[in-house]
Amino acid sequence: MMDEMTAPKGAASPQFRDYVDTKHGPILYMEDVSVSFDGFKALNHLSLYIDAGELRCLIGPNGAGKTTLMDVITGKTRPDTGEVFFGQTIDLLKMDEPAIAQAGICRKFQKPSVFDALTVFENLELALKTDKRTWPTLFSKLNGAQRDRIQEVMLLIGLVGLKNQLAGILSHGQKQWLEIGMLLMQEPKVMLVDEPIAGMTHQEVERTAELLLSLQGKHSIVVVEHDMEFVRSIARKVTVLHEGSVLTEGTMDEVQNDTRVIQVYLGG
Amino acid sequence: MTTNHAKNDFKTLPLPEHTAGPVRRNGGVFKSLLSLARAAIWALFLLTFSANLAAQTGDDLPQPLEQLRLGSMAEREQAIEQLAEDSRNLKLLQALQDGQLMDWKAESRLVIASESAKGYNLRDPFDGKAVLADVERDAVGKLNLTNKLRSVLRKAIGGLQLNADSADMRLEAVKAIAKDADDKALQLLRKRLEKERDAAVLAAIQEALWLQDLNGDDKPARLAAITALKNINNQDAYNRLRELAEPDAEADPEVAEQARSAVKKIESRLQNYAAIETVFFGLSLGAVLVLASIGLAITFGVMGVINMAHGELMMLGAYTTYVMQQLLPEYLGTALIISIPMAFLVAALVGVIIERGIIRFLYGRPLETLLATFGVSLFLQQSVRSIFSPLNRSVSTPDWMSGSWQINDFLSLTWNRFYILIFCLLVFTALLQILKRTKLGLEVRAVAQNRGMARAMGIPTARVDAMTFGLGSGIAGVAGVALSQITNVGPNLGQAYIVDSFMVVVFGGVGNLFGTLVAGFSLGIANKFLEPYAGAVLAKILVLVFIILFIQKKPRGLFPQKGRAADG
Amino acid sequence: MKNLLKQDKTYASVLIALAAVTLIIPFCNLISSVDSPLHFSAYSVSLIGKYLCFALLGLSLDMVWGYAGILVLGQGAFFALGGYAMGMYLMRQIGTRGVYGNPELPDFMVFLNWSELPWYWLGFENFGFAMLMVFLAPGILAFVFGWLAFRSRVTGVYLSIITQALTYALLLAFFRNEMGFGGNNGLTDFKEILGFNIQSEAVRSMLLLLSGLSLIGALLLCRWIVNSKLGRVVTAIRDQESRVRFLGYRVELFKLWVFVFAAMLAGLAGALYVPQVGIINPSEFSPLNSLEIVIWVAVGGRGTLYGAIIGAVLVNYAKSVLTGLMPDAWLFCLGGAFILVTLLLPDGIVGLLRRRIKSKSLDLSLEGEPT
Repeated sequence: MMDEMTAPKGAASPQFRDYVDTKHGPILYMEDVSVSFDGFKALNHLSLYIDAGELRCLIGPNGAGKTTLMDVITGKTRPDTGEVFFGQTIDLLKMDEPAIAQAGICRKFQKPSVFDALTVFENLELALKTDKRTWPTLFSKLNGAQRDRIQEVMLLIGLVGLKNQLAGILSHGQKQWLEIGMLLMQEPKVMLVDEPIAGMTHQEVERTAELLLSLQGKHSIVVVEHDMEFVRSIARKVTVLHEGSVLTEGTMDEVQNDTRVIQVYLGG
Repeated sequence: MTTNHAKNDFKTLPLPEHTAGPVRRNGGVFKSLLSLARAAIWALFLLTFSANLAAQTGDDLPQPLEQLRLGSMAEREQAIEQLAEDSRNLKLLQALQDGQLMDWKAESRLVIASESAKGYNLRDPFDGKAVLADVERDAVGKLNLTNKLRSVLRKAIGGLQLNADSADMRLEAVKAIAKDADDKALQLLRKRLEKERDAAVLAAIQEALWLQDLNGDDKPARLAAITALKNINNQDAYNRLRELAEPDAEADPEVAEQARSAVKKIESRLQNYAAIETVFFGLSLGAVLVLASIGLAITFGVMGVINMAHGELMMLGAYTTYVMQQLLPEYLGTALIISIPMAFLVAALVGVIIERGIIRFLYGRPLETLLATFGVSLFLQQSVRSIFSPLNRSVSTPDWMSGSWQINDFLSLTWNRFYILIFCLLVFTALLQILKRTKLGLEVRAVAQNRGMARAMGIPTARVDAMTFGLGSGIAGVAGVALSQITNVGPNLGQAYIVDSFMVVVFGGVGNLFGTLVAGFSLGIANKFLEPYAGAVLAKILVLVFIILFIQKKPRGLFPQKGRAADG
Repeated sequence: MKNLLKQDKTYASVLIALAAVTLIIPFCNLISSVDSPLHFSAYSVSLIGKYLCFALLGLSLDMVWGYAGILVLGQGAFFALGGYAMGMYLMRQIGTRGVYGNPELPDFMVFLNWSELPWYWLGFENFGFAMLMVFLAPGILAFVFGWLAFRSRVTGVYLSIITQALTYALLLAFFRNEMGFGGNNGLTDFKEILGFNIQSEAVRSMLLLLSGLSLIGALLLCRWIVNSKLGRVVTAIRDQESRVRFLGYRVELFKLWVFVFAAMLAGLAGALYVPQVGIINPSEFSPLNSLEIVIWVAVGGRGTLYGAIIGAVLVNYAKSVLTGLMPDAWLFCLGGAFILVTLLLPDGIVGLLRRRIKSKSLDLSLEGEPT
């Protein structure tokens, strides 16, 4: 199993890579970020730093602001206050979703959102890191390296046999994998993974854990998950969100023994 | 401030200005016990009078009558003035003015003659009621009046009316006298000024006197008059001041200067009135837009259903009005009132059928709903065309809705638009109350916010959907009743409003009834303010373009729904 | 696999049928005399030519609606703009043969006492320039409108309604005499195209040939586009717009690309249509016209390209027949078609055929189908 899980090699040409300055450690800075919807504070002066190559788990009860946090990083939601930087120099608040995605921050959604009307292969092809302007897209043709890369990812996510099937007919777990595959196709520097194991069988969960572990180091990964067992199996560092701000950070053991965390989860 | 109602009463009176043509007599105005008693006394008196007629004995009253009948013009003038001293002679003088006072040759006396089949119907000259005879045309002779006599006569009548009991009549009299007032008339007015209590009459007298002062020689009085008149909305005063303001029209430079500044002041006020009028037109157009779109605000805004047949539901309402008026041709007003609930029922019924038959299969597929309801709209249009003919049908406006409200000489507002404005606000309030206070309203809001939860709470969502759609459709029908009063009722009535009403709903913010109200009124006013500069069609285009651009900027309208739910 | 082949067979047969119509009719009229049974009357030639233009128009809508998911209720506006561009060229060709015999000004301008040609009429005497405008006028309008709309993420029903408002506004504008496009009456009484008599049979056959070739060309081009990666991106946008954005594609630019392309195609259809019917007037902008285009595509089956062509021809044929027989019935039928297609035939006629073929092929080869 583990052999199949070999991480993809960075194959894309450097011209699409923006320089991300990570010399001070963190690749993602969020400082004093607040978002409110109609008076409800979804994020409340939240500060969070993700190191380059780190695998970080975000946990927290419902409404703690996990999804909103991802929305802010990927440009879907604009914060009322605060700063969000990618590396030392790239201000994410000045960019829109496609620009952020092209800069190397990619996201898997909570609800698997693959393109049902396209085949597995085509789904991955769309995600492929390449020139994404209209005219080049119209005339684009896959070269050998790109085909190999798609093949590689399909192997990794175990969907080679379903290459020409429409994504719409895949099982829930397969769709989750396809979406992770699409994430990999984009060769991101930061991967935001929202509830990756929902609807997966036990074996699929294990494989997902292995995959994520194998990716750390090459990518910075932020995982949002409710399944504590899964979090324990992958996480070195866990951040607990509560009511829109960081409650505590630490290893799973530290976090689980923190009285405040226990109170939040149990005492409500 | 006169109301239209009062004005109508005047029309039935023999107005002093009338110099020719038959005038409808309306005895009712004078009906009172007092005048009856007066008539009785006069009848008694006349008996003695006619007995002594040949003798021409020294009774004062027949004397002026004879002078009037046979005398020279100068004598006639004297007679009129003499008669004018007693208010009981009013009827007689008015008859003289209208050319109905004639010389009955056979009896050698004056009578009031009105046209009859045979020739003339002769009646007593004082009360105008007691019928004396019905005679051939040549049995009577007309009394000739010169222009001078007419003027004297007009003032005489005015003078008499000036003391009438009815304030409206006094007002009319003041205006009559003021037309070309001489010293004597002015004296009358001044006298009246001391006694007058009614504010409107008082103001009219004042205006007449100032206008008179303006034409006089007394410079301080003229200047005072100008100062006073520039604050008054009087067409005559405005005309006169404008004359004075013309270069070289006025010898006195100070007066001319004052007149010019007065004209400027009045004109700036005129501009304000024009603006008020435009706002009013805009509000009434806005009311129509709001009426047309609040039904849509329910179906589109609350339920999320795009109903392209909404315009045709309005059309059904308008046709319901037409049918009701055909059924009750004698009672147009009543028919119109009954049409309101009827149109609601008809349109609501059709709406429920559309919802149950088509839309419920298409929930969550807005574009398909749009197409299917568009099909419905074509269907309804063609049905109306086949049933009622493709031509426009005429729906009458009842009397109480026609005419206009004359606020002052420069500003008048038409009643039908005024009623529609009020009607629109009533419908809006009623709808708000339904949504706020009734069980249906609560259920509607619950289903709109969270369908699944509402169903879990035991709300019959399917029934609520049908009822909500029926409500929105019914309101479209009611809007159709209002539209039938201001536009042609034809198969294309709905089409003309559908784009506009969608624009209003979208502009106001989907799901927000107040937004619809504000959007409707602001678009209406914007349209009317643009019209003078751009013309009606271009104004409409500009407004459309504006909304298109606006939606680009704020896709959720003026008053967007907020929160995470709106992001979806 | 077999399924795909069948689908391609339908596509191929539509192409062959189009080619046949396009080539046979002009050829027959070329070789046969007027009273020969092989001869097509002027009426039927222009009718078929008209259908071909409508098919092209339907095809353009299928690109935006069927693939990009943008239900445009104002596609007729682009068609009309293309038509007006062509009409302006044809007006300028009338020269002194107009009622007023003015060499510069079209009759309606003389009638309005205009002394000179408005600036936007300049250049239209040149065929090349006019053809350029056939594409540019609708293209620029679509670009400006689409840029504003897509950039601010106006989608779904809102977009549909503002496209309807767009064509409605243009309708009102073109009705105005002051606009300089002939007002109510539009542009008509054309005499010549490129020096040939526009009424002559040869020219009519030629126009039909051109319409057919344009349609075939457009069909091939559209198919190439939808099978390109851009086509897949656009389909993905139709289904999950925000997801595509997170893949790094500028969704608004892709939508704009398709929107402008479709508008230009519609403009071409209009330009081919006008010389064949001999008139262009503001009624082409009426929202009802644009909605009819939608029903062609819906009836034929959207998202298939050839479905739009089949739908356009069928619906218009039905319209010609019905308006002749029972003028009252047409709107009933059109209304009924909208309701029935949306309720019962969401994939249109093509979808119905496909389901038939699919079930048949499943029956025949249940065991032989590899995964």
